[in-house]
Amino acid sequence: MEKDSNLSFEEAMAELEKIVEKLEKGDVPLEKAISYYQEGMQLSKVCNDKLSNVQEKMTKIMNEQGQFESFEIQEDE
Amino acid sequence: MEDNYLTVSALTKYIKRKFTTDPHLKNLWLKGEISNFKHHSRGHMYLTIKDDNARVQAVMFAGNNRRLKFQPENGMNVLIRGDIGVFEQFGQYQLYIQQMEPDGIGSLYLAFEQLKEKLSKKGYFDEQRKKELPKFPEHIGIITSPTGAAVRDIITTIKRRYPIVQTTIIPVLVQGENAPSSIAGAINKANQITGFDVLIVGRGGGSIEELWGFNEEIVANAIYNSQIPVVSAVGHETDMTISDFAADVRAPTPTGAAEIAVPSTLELLHNVSSMQRSLTRIISEKTATASQHLNRIKQSYAFRYPEQLIAQKEQELDKYVERLGTAFNHERRRKDERLSGLNARLEALHPRRQIERTIKDLKQLNKQLNYVMTKQLEQSQDRQQNSLEKLTLLNPLETMKRGYAITYSSSGKLLKTVKDAAESDEITVKLSDGKLVSRVLDIEEEKDGEG
Repeated sequence: MEKDSNLSFEEAMAELEKIVEKLEKGDVPLEKAISYYQEGMQLSKVCNDKLSNVQEKMTKIMNEQGQFESFEIQEDE
Repeated sequence: MEDNYLTVSALTKYIKRKFTTDPHLKNLWLKGEISNFKHHSRGHMYLTIKDDNARVQAVMFAGNNRRLKFQPENGMNVLIRGDIGVFEQFGQYQLYIQQMEPDGIGSLYLAFEQLKEKLSKKGYFDEQRKKELPKFPEHIGIITSPTGAAVRDIITTIKRRYPIVQTTIIPVLVQGENAPSSIAGAINKANQITGFDVLIVGRGGGSIEELWGFNEEIVANAIYNSQIPVVSAVGHETDMTISDFAADVRAPTPTGAAEIAVPSTLELLHNVSSMQRSLTRIISEKTATASQHLNRIKQSYAFRYPEQLIAQKEQELDKYVERLGTAFNHERRRKDERLSGLNARLEALHPRRQIERTIKDLKQLNKQLNYVMTKQLEQSQDRQQNSLEKLTLLNPLETMKRGYAITYSSSGKLLKTVKDAAESDEITVKLSDGKLVSRVLDIEEEKDGEG
């Protein structure tokens, strides 16, 4: 499960969707289904964490030298 | 008198000066139709401006026509600003065009339509070449003015919807003469910097002239060649630019571009919880079904009366053991029979019998041989006896013993007939016990051997 946190959000979502689809088909043996369920819950936690707990990313601006600086929105045009 | 004549050059110069100083021929506005249009390789444009009754030669030098937003064509009605001058070499007046606009239709609109058609033919707007936006972008490049309302709209919308995405502004001029190269340069630069997975290119609303930077071919090329998907958001919903057509996705407004580029965290959280609920529901149902199944099995005869099952199995086992014994015996018998058969065949083929037979044959042959030999010997003895008897019978000595004599001539020749001797011949008469030497006294021949 350690590797799950290294997944990108897109990968985690795609995995989660795949697992739900597999389980919904209903022909999964119980033991496998439980393992899918655990994996799915872990993935949903990863997605949840990524969406809820990750700090806001900074907005940057490229200066004339091509370097990045932090950017604040100017209220006056 | 000669001095009163003017030279052609002097006359032309005079006329030219008149034309040049006449304020009505300076900065005049003329309306007409283009004909005989020719775009010289050095950049100057030569054309005739005409109406139903008259025509005037015109030239638009490269320095002026470079700023044209449309491509002049024959038959096009135009509005012209320019000066009238004289081309001395040909003694011909002509119109020097400073500025030219299509009549009835805006030049920018015409230029827009012309470029749109050109790029469309080149396949710039083909749907199949448009790239898909990533579902969950990680780094968005915003190519716009850092001071406009658009950048604020885009960033606030992104932060509200999907704060976990990294945003970077690549500042550009969004209007004015240098806007196109600035925008195109930024798109190209963004493609060289790794990490962007979406580019939003745009600006807020404005007049067609203000938005014009996004209608230039250089910008369309940069968007077309971009490896990163481009969302175009120029002006308001009703404004359409070449950038919008060339982009992978066109957004109605900058805010719309942000909404298209990023998903909504709230919606995603909702999706994730919905999937969590699905997982829990599915696994609960699954375990419930499995439990029911298990209970059914536990209630089954086999589990309730296991000793019966064993008894039954024991009985089955007995049957199997019995069958096994029968089968074994049957098989053993079969094997025995086969062995006996083989033994008998082998015994029959034993060499001792052959030896005995051979000895018997040999004895028989010996017996036959003895018999044959004895027979042969007896026959030989008989023959010999017979021969001896015959020989005895033929023995002249024996004959002589019975009184017979043999007569020889004096020369020792056997006398068989009286004719073999003559009277007085000395003859020898041989008897069984000696001989008589005699003389023939008389010869008496007998007929037919009687005597």
